[in-house]
Amino acid sequence: MASVASTRPATGESFDLARPWRLSSEVSLRDEPFGALAYHHGNRRLVFVKSTGLVDVLVRLGEYATADDALDELVAPAERARYERALATLAAGGLLGVG
Amino acid sequence: MSAESGLRDRLEGGLNAPICLTWELTYACNLACTHCLSSSGRRDPEELTTTEATALVDELAAMRVFYLNVGGGEPMIRRDFFDIVEHAVERRVGVKFSTNGTRLDAAAARRLAAMDYLDVQISIDGADAATSDAVRGAGSYAAARRAMDHLAAAGVADFKVSVVVTRESVEQLDALESLAHGYGAQLRLARLRPSGRGVAVWDALRPSAAQNRRLHAWLVERPHVLTGDSFFHLSALGAPLEGLNLCGAGRVVCLIDPVGDVYACPFVIHDRFRAGNVRGGGFGPVWRESALFAELRAPHSPGACASCASYDPCRGGCLAAKFFTGLEASDPDPECVLGHGERKLATTRVELRPTPSIDHSRAPARVGSGPLR
Repeated sequence: MASVASTRPATGESFDLARPWRLSSEVSLRDEPFGALAYHHGNRRLVFVKSTGLVDVLVRLGEYATADDALDELVAPAERARYERALATLAAGGLLGVG
Repeated sequence: MSAESGLRDRLEGGLNAPICLTWELTYACNLACTHCLSSSGRRDPEELTTTEATALVDELAAMRVFYLNVGGGEPMIRRDFFDIVEHAVERRVGVKFSTNGTRLDAAAARRLAAMDYLDVQISIDGADAATSDAVRGAGSYAAARRAMDHLAAAGVADFKVSVVVTRESVEQLDALESLAHGYGAQLRLARLRPSGRGVAVWDALRPSAAQNRRLHAWLVERPHVLTGDSFFHLSALGAPLEGLNLCGAGRVVCLIDPVGDVYACPFVIHDRFRAGNVRGGGFGPVWRESALFAELRAPHSPGACASCASYDPCRGGCLAAKFFTGLEASDPDPECVLGHGERKLATTRVELRPTPSIDHSRAPARVGSGPLR
């Protein structure tokens, strides 16, 4: 099962893990039994974040110099690929920004 | 995309706050559309005050309700309309508001244009005055088009043109899409429901089975056309439509009416589906603790649809459409694309259908002589 589901399909874009990604200031997160709902107030995109582990990564992403560093510390190696795909999907939807 | 079944099961169990909360600000309306979901017309003397309304916004902001669908009645009739809406946007609660456009002049358009997190939906019910005015009243189409012109002139190009799909308007989908695109706007289609005054016109105005099949095909080709998850019962025809494809009533959706009553969804303004009132304890306790919402969030048996291979895409359809046509929640949707609803409807008696518990229609009132509470 993918970790994120959006009400609108995201466009494909390359996602550079070496950059300092963080949750966009336009995004509100709300805890839910399945993880969280994320809403981008600017582009009105609603995303289902379907694991509490991913919610934790999103909340703490901004504490790290790069997305790579965040995943190194917060995610087990076996799960890393799944988290990278989820972050790429969120970035393509504008929910993550750089800097 | 449509939600896969695991996520959908979680959504059907309820959320910490609604995804889609409709708030009808007033029962007052200067139009008298024949299909009005809320039987609006006259203001109710018990409507929430400005102070109560802004306190409600504060509570919704604290619950992280991301946005409100504001409607009515005609919301712009409220003198404090801008106070409430601007307060919501300042608290970062987005507003999508529906209007008939009659009060949306050049000055109002400029004020709306200055607000972030705000989307405007102008309602028409046909691509020409004759078709639309037959439902919404003489002059309503021209007024709506003037409002669209004002929005465009103020730089709000990305408004929504909101249309209820009837057996007349469904023949004008391409023209309606062109009309919206002519402004740079988006088309938004909604299902005609047998709710409010719509109870009386549903049989005559609803699309035929053949029209619903064409509508489904038209929507599948146009994922950019907004539907607010209105047509998920048509997903049984094959390709699922955009959206969550489930009945959100009391689970991810609810309605707060002008007097603060909370209903399971905007289409079931009836005592049977009233969960509580925001006066007193606020909205949160109603959303979290009402017995009605607990019932709606409990696992449901597919009922009469258990043996249907198309149950998964359509989930038995719309609760409100069933209720107001005299069907049980466990029955098929009255517009089931496989015809199961029509067969069931044939066994019910029209005169035994539930009638709306409240009616604010202006004289001649259809139910009684005043707002029945």
